Amino acid sequence: MDKIVKDNRAPVSQKPLVMAKVDKDSIGATVGIEINGNPYKVMLGTTILEACRENNIHVPSLCYHEDLCLAGVCRVCVVEVEGMGTLQAACTFPIINKIKVHTTSEKVRKARRHVLDLMLSEHYGECYSCHRNGNCELQKLAKEYGVDSYRFGHVEKRRYQVDRSSYSVVRDMDKCILCKRCVRTCIDLQEVGVLEAINRGDKTKVTTFMDKPLAEVICINCGQCINRCPTAALKANDPSDEIWNVIDDPSKHVVIQTAPSPRAAIGEEFGLPAGTSMTYQMNTALKMIGFDKVFDTDFTADLTIMEEGTELLMRLKKKLVDGDKNVMLPQLTSCSPGWIKYIEHFYPEYLDYLSTCKSPQQMFGSVIKTFYAQEHEIDPANIVTVAVMPCSAKKFECNRPEMDSSGFKDVDYGLTTRELAQMIREAGLYLPDLPAGNFDDPFGDASGAGLIFGATGGVMEAALRTAYELVTGRTVPFENLDILPCRGFNGVKQASVKLENVKPEWSFLEGVDLNFMIAHGTANAKKVMEALVKGELSNIHFIEVMACPGGCLGGGGQPIPTSPEIRKKRAEAIYQEDAGLPVRKSHENPHIAYIYEKFLKDGPCGHLSHKLLHTHYVKRGKFIG
Amino acid sequence: MIDIKQNAMTEEIEMLVGKYGSTRDALMPIIQNIQMNHGMITDFAQQEVARLLDIHPVEVYGVVTFYSFLSGIPKGKYIVRLCRTISCDMAGKEAVARAIERELGIKFGETTRDSRFSLEYINCMGMCDQGPSMLVNDLVFTKLTPHTVVDILNRFK
Repeated sequence: MDKIVKDNRAPVSQKPLVMAKVDKDSIGATVGIEINGNPYKVMLGTTILEACRENNIHVPSLCYHEDLCLAGVCRVCVVEVEGMGTLQAACTFPIINKIKVHTTSEKVRKARRHVLDLMLSEHYGECYSCHRNGNCELQKLAKEYGVDSYRFGHVEKRRYQVDRSSYSVVRDMDKCILCKRCVRTCIDLQEVGVLEAINRGDKTKVTTFMDKPLAEVICINCGQCINRCPTAALKANDPSDEIWNVIDDPSKHVVIQTAPSPRAAIGEEFGLPAGTSMTYQMNTALKMIGFDKVFDTDFTADLTIMEEGTELLMRLKKKLVDGDKNVMLPQLTSCSPGWIKYIEHFYPEYLDYLSTCKSPQQMFGSVIKTFYAQEHEIDPANIVTVAVMPCSAKKFECNRPEMDSSGFKDVDYGLTTRELAQMIREAGLYLPDLPAGNFDDPFGDASGAGLIFGATGGVMEAALRTAYELVTGRTVPFENLDILPCRGFNGVKQASVKLENVKPEWSFLEGVDLNFMIAHGTANAKKVMEALVKGELSNIHFIEVMACPGGCLGGGGQPIPTSPEIRKKRAEAIYQEDAGLPVRKSHENPHIAYIYEKFLKDGPCGHLSHKLLHTHYVKRGKFIG
Repeated sequence: MIDIKQNAMTEEIEMLVGKYGSTRDALMPIIQNIQMNHGMITDFAQQEVARLLDIHPVEVYGVVTFYSFLSGIPKGKYIVRLCRTISCDMAGKEAVARAIERELGIKFGETTRDSRFSLEYINCMGMCDQGPSMLVNDLVFTKLTPHTVVDILNRFK
């Protein structure tokens, strides 16, 4: 082998790679390497980038993302490995022998600068008017490597049209640097498969099937690609200008509802560490911005639990007692609009399994424009409802034509956490300095059960807290109401709760193991659905699905960046806030009792709630016409 | 009518899947076959291939657009591909290119109105010592001059 290498006339870069033989006994063992002259011990098989990050050695990266598979396409992380002819991408180089790495040599520094200059020559940079100004990974690298001129030229004119067809996601391919993070997000992480790189060489671009507008393909609007885009090539469709207009219009009564996840993450936009809860400061900020009323979406999350829990118990009764074949079990949750669009596209034959409940956002919209409008004698035509959501798919959801059960568009605008942070900045406020403020009545206080909707497993936990008590008359048999099997970030979780000594009216559930599953991220949802299609889930009663990894707290509208670590901290913040609330079960929320007494008089899943709080779905299919 | 055509296409792809398997590595032979039989891979065919191989349509689209010899859009019966790499260029490619354009009445990247010819540039095909060279479908023609290239094209008219 050595002889072949020596006699090979090929340029150094094309010579076959000669690696020392791996000692098979040492797999899983550590290997001693040298980085910049210092010795380190790392696990066999870790990449150079991981080894450097573990040991606090700075190596820049761009296409690398913790949530995604490795690509090694951007070449920003190149390092020198002694014995290798060329520079190596640190993110994809596995350490399998005793190598010597240099991360700061002249060759490395110059190569990185070249790579950046080349990227900038293709990037339509208009930093002042870019919404990622200050939070752009390319901008940061350009500063880090002292880019002071466009050595290989610069794009002065737009080459592509901005794709604004989707209600949720805006694609501006002029800013794309082909790191393919969105492609890996869409294909590998979410398994939706909307974005892919087409063509070759300098004609490469990231686009959809047949280069169609995003609204015409099978995009589920989850926005995970936005969270992972290093530049502004992908962004959410920003309605803040229209919202400013209605705020400034005195004839409009502008009402805002805030979901549980933005409050756990919005602090990150103001430089606070992940997992800082900003619930009450945010209320003050929203009031100061000029919203007339600030409500808590957790209230309709509680309402969702009442409706969805009742629906589940009704389905169980119909199936187990009446033997009704038209009733489908397991019941699938319907809170996540990304998941709804996913199942409409990919499993249109299984829509009957979905709960008919609207998502909390849409429930709130219809409650505000009916019940709230009646009680406060406001013409619903003058009410504008805005929803702060961690989600880009909510923008699509509120524009669904069927979401008008109040007689008006139930929710007028969906606003993401990022866009709200922008509005707060624009109003001249610094969120962390603001005093605490409360939510407005009549939907002021919500329960902790509504709050934990923000984390994966939260809907299930909240539903169990209520359903178990409804059926048995006792609280769930878990310490402090913390149903730990529902928590954590495993892709698919499964657990069961045994129903014993039930109330007489639920006697058919005596001794039944209530089996439930929780999936987050559509890739995991796909696994669950494939099992359902094969008929393997006949013993499961209830499945919670969230389209985004980590649940809503990892949603496509949340502050950028995202990583498993950040999502974990956000979840901790949510669970901590839940533990500190006086009411932690949806059915004990006094406002819930009030609305069923005063307005939805025929109870959960009654006639009026069916009209206002439930919906139907569209069989979309995957064929792109 | 469209339905009948689409059913036939689905059947053909199912037959190819039976032959080459339904894993993702069967993608290349399947779409090469479709390209050979139909001169293009329609968006319907791409989606059918994706469905049967359980991959995403956009991945098939990515592959189809990546390779010069696969096409997602209709092309002429004869695809004329002139080499534009340096050896052929120095041997007088430019004059040949002009002669082809004049003869066919189209520019590079275009297809004649009667769908008989498409004209494209390609990169090196290893005929550097005999340039300028071109391909007409599978046939190689070398040592072209503006004069001989017109004769060659007339053979295909």
